[in-house]
Amino acid sequence: MAKVTFITKDNQEIIAEGESGSLMGLAKAHDVNGILGDCGGVGSCGTCHVHIASDDFSKAGELTELEKDMLEFEEHVTNYSRLSCQIEVNDVIDGITVSVVN
Amino acid sequence: MGSSEIDDPFEVLRTSKGYEIIDDQGDPVVMVLGHKNVRRCAHNWKTFQSGAEPGRIVVPSEVNIRDTRQIPFEVDPPEHTEYRALVEDWFRRPLQEDYKNELKHLIDDCIFVALSKEEIEVVEDFALPLQSRALTLLLNIPLEESETWISWGTHVFRSESSKLDKSKANILYDYIDGQIDKAIENPGDSLYHHLLNAEYQNRKLTKEEVRGVMILIFAGGRDTVINYITNTMAYFADHPESLSLIKKMPTVANTAVEELVRYFSPLTHMGRVATESTTVCEHAVAQDSRISLCWASANRDDTVFDQPNEVILNRKKNPHVAFGFSHHKCLGAAHARQLMNVLLTSLSEKVESIKVINQAENIEEWGAVHRKVGYHSLTASFRPK
Repeated sequence: MAKVTFITKDNQEIIAEGESGSLMGLAKAHDVNGILGDCGGVGSCGTCHVHIASDDFSKAGELTELEKDMLEFEEHVTNYSRLSCQIEVNDVIDGITVSVVN
Repeated sequence: MGSSEIDDPFEVLRTSKGYEIIDDQGDPVVMVLGHKNVRRCAHNWKTFQSGAEPGRIVVPSEVNIRDTRQIPFEVDPPEHTEYRALVEDWFRRPLQEDYKNELKHLIDDCIFVALSKEEIEVVEDFALPLQSRALTLLLNIPLEESETWISWGTHVFRSESSKLDKSKANILYDYIDGQIDKAIENPGDSLYHHLLNAEYQNRKLTKEEVRGVMILIFAGGRDTVINYITNTMAYFADHPESLSLIKKMPTVANTAVEELVRYFSPLTHMGRVATESTTVCEHAVAQDSRISLCWASANRDDTVFDQPNEVILNRKKNPHVAFGFSHHKCLGAAHARQLMNVLLTSLSEKVESIKVINQAENIEEWGAVHRKVGYHSLTASFRPK
């Protein structure tokens, strides 16, 4: 079980809990504003861009090549940018905070 | 090759030099073929603009058949961003449950008709009616209006005698003008009304701007959706096991929608006009000349996709560009995705198999490259579960 805090662009804080699937799926299941996930998580659309809190960044795992290529063309990219569709919900990410970019 | 297979005619050109030059009515186009370069050029709107002379970024060029600028398609940031913001929420309505349920009714009716006949011509009698009826949902107008659009045939700009038919295009433009006038006279909640009430830079949209949005919606989503649907039927005819897989594991429909659109790439490419002299793949591109972003080629790039010429319905990593890329990604993508998701699911529940009886492939010619994009006709019989 992982508890994740999403912070939307209008500073709304949403705490969501999940056991499996992707972070994008968790956000959509909790109607987190700004996470669209148009392509369902195959890495085609870039509409699930988040910034992981700096202290939590390593918990989210390594960036995939697909993510690096996609983020190259996204706006507002930082060192803590990730596509939430590429992050697995599991015990490792329990307690992380992510900010929605769009 | 099976009837549903679509080969990759760009492979040698993509891997050898990365581009191909084609003529288009005396206005040449440098087709960009590799995935990375296609995305890079699509993202670089300052050098490769969409806001050129109306019709010029379309290949074949439509400069001789229209003067109206399609919006937001033929506009660059920052104006593009403002125009797109006016319609973004409207085009996300397909994600709502009510919309999905209405789509399902339309799709189930089409499948019922297909199952009730000995055979059916899929392009004219399934894909075109379905695309047209579904469009009434997107525009939020009565279903009956789709009968007019169905009567226009499979491409609003093309006739059998000519690739670019101005008289046929005028049918659409005159129709849209009439619908805008009706919406001005009669209050309502259609997309026409939404646009007429929208504010852009502290003023209402002009009739010409509303016309530009509506032409884009009618023209951009017609051939593409029809090819997407028809190619899917041909694919299931060759692969009945895929229908069984979706029936057994309905979530596969989500990745299948993305994989099929990657494989089919219903829109082969889209142009841009260079605002400055530059290079693409070490090839000089002169200012005010055209390039095109070849989505179909990029979607078969083996540096990005494992087994690019195979349909893998549960492909997990699929950074395809079939709906375009960056600022100008397809406005109607949510509608197309929802339509296809419901179609795949309903077919898997109701259809045991599809048998192709005869077919006439639609082969595009881009210079020396010939690419199958769909079918002129596809007659098939549907066997129920």
